[in-house]
Parts: sequence; C-alpha cells; structure tokens
Amino acid sequence: MSKSEADAEPGAAESMDSPVEQAAQQTPASLPLRVDGLAKQFGGITAVDGVSFEVEAGSLTGLIGPNGAGKSTTFNCITGVHEPTAGHVYLDGEEITGLAPYEIAQRGLVRTFQIARELSEMTVLENLMLAPKNQLGESALRSVLPGLRDDVVDQEQELRERAWETLDFFEIDHLATEYAGTLSGGQRKLLEMARVLMTDPEVVLLDEPLAGVNPTLEEKLLDRIHDLRAEGYTFLFVEHDMDVIMNNCERIIVMHQGRVLAEGSAEEIRNNEQVIEAYLGEDI
Amino acid sequence: MSDDTATPDSIETPDSALGAVLDAAKRSDLGLVLLTLGLIYLAATVLTFSNGLNSVVGLLRTLTFLGLVYALSALALNLHWGYTGLFNIGVAGFMAIGVYTMGMVVRSPDPAFGPPGLGLPLPVGIVAGMAMASLFGLVAALPALRLKADYFAIVTLGISEIIRLTLQSSAFDTGLRETLAIGTGGGRGMGMPDNPVRSLFLVDGQAGTPTALGEFVFGTFGDGGLGIANNILIGWGYVVVLAVFLVGFYVLLERLGRSPFGRNLKAIREDELVADSLGKNVDLIKIKVFMIGCALMGLAGILWFGSQGNVSPTPQFEPILTFYIFVAVIVGGSGSNTGSVLGGIVFAAVLFEGPRRVGSVLRDTIDAQTPPTFADAVLTLDPTAMLAFATDNIAPLQFVLLGLVLIFIMHRRPQGLLGDRIETAAAVDLSGRAGDRGGEADE
Repeated sequence: MSKSEADAEPGAAESMDSPVEQAAQQTPASLPLRVDGLAKQFGGITAVDGVSFEVEAGSLTGLIGPNGAGKSTTFNCITGVHEPTAGHVYLDGEEITGLAPYEIAQRGLVRTFQIARELSEMTVLENLMLAPKNQLGESALRSVLPGLRDDVVDQEQELRERAWETLDFFEIDHLATEYAGTLSGGQRKLLEMARVLMTDPEVVLLDEPLAGVNPTLEEKLLDRIHDLRAEGYTFLFVEHDMDVIMNNCERIIVMHQGRVLAEGSAEEIRNNEQVIEAYLGEDI
Repeated sequence: MSDDTATPDSIETPDSALGAVLDAAKRSDLGLVLLTLGLIYLAATVLTFSNGLNSVVGLLRTLTFLGLVYALSALALNLHWGYTGLFNIGVAGFMAIGVYTMGMVVRSPDPAFGPPGLGLPLPVGIVAGMAMASLFGLVAALPALRLKADYFAIVTLGISEIIRLTLQSSAFDTGLRETLAIGTGGGRGMGMPDNPVRSLFLVDGQAGTPTALGEFVFGTFGDGGLGIANNILIGWGYVVVLAVFLVGFYVLLERLGRSPFGRNLKAIREDELVADSLGKNVDLIKIKVFMIGCALMGLAGILWFGSQGNVSPTPQFEPILTFYIFVAVIVGGSGSNTGSVLGGIVFAAVLFEGPRRVGSVLRDTIDAQTPPTFADAVLTLDPTAMLAFATDNIAPLQFVLLGLVLIFIMHRRPQGLLGDRIETAAAVDLSGRAGDRGGEADE
C-alpha cells in the first residue's frame, strides 16, 4: 500500500528536508534494503559507479556479474567495510551509509564471508552463542558481580537452547562441542550461516556461500536458505555460479563494469540482450 | 586399591600410587597447583635441610611469595594476551604506575621523610594506583588499538619505558614537588608505606611489642617454639594475604572469561573482522579489557613492589620484568587462568629462584678455586673447576637455561603446561544439551 502511495506522488518527497526523512518516505517497509546511487572510487579507479537497487522483504535476490564488475565492492560498501564515495544505503528506510560494520550488523544487516571465517579455537556452540545482539553478559560488570550474574546465567541458558535449535536446523548438532577449527569446509559454511542466524538478522548478505562446497552440501545449504526465506528472512546473494542464481533467486541484479546492467526475474535476465552480450556470451 | 591388584598392570604399586595422585591432581585445577607447590617445597626442603628449619621456612616463604606475585601478574597479562590477543609488552610500566601512585597518595606530606605524598589512607592509595594504571591503559589504548599486534607491542613497550624514565627523572620529581607537592624520588626511588600485615603481628609495626596474634604466632613457631625468625613469620602472614588476592584475581578473571564478555574477547583474539561483522564494538571491548587488565597489573605491582620497602624505577621496572611475566604466561599456557597461576609458580621457583639456590648450594660443596675467566675454566680441563665457575656465574647461565626452556616449550608444547585454550567462554555448561543429562549443574 505504502509503496503505491510513494509512487503516486513523487513530488511530495522533494519537499522533505533531510535525505533520511525523504528516504523514510520513499522506502516502504517492504524494502528492507535500498541502495541509491552508490559509488566507490579507489584513487583514480571507479570500482562502483552509481549503483541503485532494492531488495524486497522476504526475497532471495541474486547479485551477479563477471569478475571486476564491482560486486564485492558494493557488498563492502553496504556492510560498512568501505565508505562509499557517493550514494546512500538504507536499511528499513533508515540511512546506514558510512556506519561502522558493527553498527550496521546491530541494525540487522549481517554478512557471511566468501571463505568461511569460523572462530577455530572456540567450540561450535560458542561460535553460535557469540552472535546474539545485546547480551546482558557483554557488560564486564554484569558478568562479574554476584547479584547481577544470575541474570546473565539465565540468559545464557536461553541462548544455549536457541543455539542447539539452530544447530538442529542446520543438522550440525552432532558437532556442537567440537572446536570450529576441526570442521570441514562445508560444515564451516553451515556454521557461519547458523551464526548469522543467531543475530536475528533483518537482511542477510551472502558472499558466495556456495564457493568450494560439494554438490550435496550445496543442496542442503540452498534448502536451508529457502526455508529461512519462507520464514521471512531476506537474502541478498552474491554468487558466481549462474545456474544457482537463475534457479534460486526470484530477482536478479546483474552488474557490469561498476554499474547495474539489468534487473529482473531469471526469465527476463535470460532474455536480456545486454546481459547476454556483456556477460553471458553465447552461454544461454 | 588392593582389589585392583587382580590386574597384572597395577602390581607395581609405587607407580600406580604416584599415578593415582597425579591423576587426581590433574582432574582438579587446585590439585595440580597444590601438587606443583608441594613438589617445589619438597625440593627446596631437601636443598636447605642441612641449614636448619629457619632457612627452610625462609626459603619456602621467598619461593611462595615470588610464585604468588608472578601468578598475579601472569593472570593480569593473560587477560590481555591469552584471552584477547593484545600483545602488551608494557606490563612493567603499568605495574610501576600502580605502585608509584599508591606511594604518592599514601606517603606523608612532610618532605623531611623523603618524597612527599598526600598522606591518605592505604586503601585509597591502592584504589588510586589501580585507577591510574587503568587510566594509563586508556591513554595507551586509544591510539594503539587500531594497530596490528606487533606495532601495538612496540607502542606498549615504548610507553613502559617512557614511564620508567619519567619516574627516574629528577626534573620530573622536582616539577611534581613544586606544582603538586608530591614527589617520586627520582632515581633513588621512594620508600613504601608500612605493610599493614606487619601491624597485625606487632603493635604499630614496632619490633619487640607483639600483638595478641603476634604473641601467639611467635610463641608457637618463633623464639618460644620452633625458633623461626619473626620476620619470616610476618612474611608468611603477607603470603597469606597474597594468596587471598590470588583467589580474588582468579575468580574475577574466570567469571570474566566465562561470560558473553569473555566470548567477545575470544572472538576478537580469533578474528576481529568476524566479531565486527556480528555487531560487536571491537574497539570499545578492547579498550575496556585493556583498562581492566592494566588496573590488575597496577594492583599486582602494588602487592609485589609495595611490600618490598623501597621502589626505584631502574632495576625494578625494566622491560625484563615484562619478559619474565610473559615467560610465566607462556610456560603455564596462554588463555588458561589455572595455567597462568601454575606458570607463575613454576617460573618463579624453578626458572627464576631455583638455579641461584641450587647453584649456591652446589658451590658450597665444591672444594675448588673459581677460575677468573671462562677461558681459564675451560683450559684447566678440570670438571670441578668448570662447575665452580658455572655455579659462581649462575646469573648469566640462568638466561641460557631460560632460553633453552622457552625453545623447548615452543618446540614441543607451544600451548604451555595447561593452555590448550579450551576454557569455556560461557556462563553455563556447554558440554551437553540442557535436557539431555539428568544432573544439570547450572541451576
């Protein structure tokens, strides 16, 4: 509803004072992530050149492009690793451009890593219990003082149970007490997904989650992602593998040379002349 | 026990009995620490037995004191290095800040008695010392925490040396006296306030007038009983105080470690980027933990050097002190609090004090002239003369021993005695699922 309102009167937004208010006006609640005119230059090189796109709530949106298309830089600008040279990033209508990575994560936009970064000298369970936001015991004082520590212990029990449930969901509960460093590559990917889930994310950015994963596990990971999407989580999926993106994402954004080349459903992308020319070649 | 003899393996009773003790000790942290302490006591007793009870008890006191102060310092450093991976090699500086601040707050304002102070009570001085060490930690941390481990180490070492050289400077001393009416004593250092433990045993700390407790203790173990010197007995009193502080440190750090806070620390040690991308404010956590660790280092400095009568910057707070504390942490195993306690005790008794004591006892048994130089010692081709030379020059040889031990540990057991970094980082038991086991221990 609100989306049609915003579309109906584009002039009204111009009268708003701050860009944040404008964004709040323009971005309906169903758009958890919106990127507007994002640009990033490294010295004289323009890696990302005015990228704009939207990710709808509960969607699995794919972001593809050949090497050097600017996917990773876009990803890093969204998650706060790089500060964009120009443009804006909105999460649920609130501007998050230029915030520190941890602030962005606290607001509900959490990423995974292309090469799984498990915390190897912590157990799987500890890896998961690290993730939840605003834990009482993150205050040093609360963890130490006798009276206050009881609350911490209570919360830890809840967290432990939630961690177990999450491990069940990803079918790695048999590894709970293992050190993360002893896990196989695929198990680490699952662990990383499970850990991200423990943060109660609004939007999950998956950086090539299937890189180096065997086909069986790939299936499993994709199943889990679809399950979670059905539960209402939103995913932005950066991936090299065309087939995976085409088969799994309902919306696809194609980047090329730092710009968005095309946007649409798998069918539309398949039939897009520019995409075929620039990226897919004769493949499709 | 006797039932076990059915199996042929356990027939060698001495072996299995020792094994049983070792097993029991390994199962509990306290047991392991006590066992180590027991073995050290035994060795020390054998070493000085011929000199009489007084020297045995005196040596045991010295070893326990050193073991405890090293354990305290190692625990504080373990929070930085073992838990968080902060390569702080400025420990000596933060200890100096603690003990000097305490001295300046507590010492009499009258310049006639040396460097003037504020004349406040001792507890105020101790709290001030910790606060000041923590504040210096903050000052050090703010610019340095964004640096990578090795650069961070250089900054902390620099700060520690700046602190030492500033305390040594007579210009700084004069400046302080003129502006704040307090002084550091410069290179000569400052006398420390009276140890309150002393006045538990002696009225007003004066020799000759014991309190009721002193009367009892001296009567039982001292002149009236076993003939142990009063100062050694008072020393043991202070050892008890240190042991209480050690338990306090240990409980505090265990609680910190076994909590979401500790989990964040471990995560930062493992991979800062992960902690950051999961929404943890890494810089803030690092600053917090650095300040807590520095406060504990300040307190360790107070408990250690504040009890020694006099502090001066140069022999006491040189970087070698930091190095020793690092050795204690590494020997014990970084990341493990029990390991740090054990490492402190083992370092102090076996690596630090042991060689000197053994050397001097050996020297007494050798009936030979000490050759003036190493070349002379070798050229005599006489093993006795060489041994005499070695035992007379035990201090430099000690560094060789220390180096060998470090190489051995790094090569054979890089995780140290106890540190496999397996300490749980949660306030609850993570060994199983809550519903799975009958007797859940964490209600």
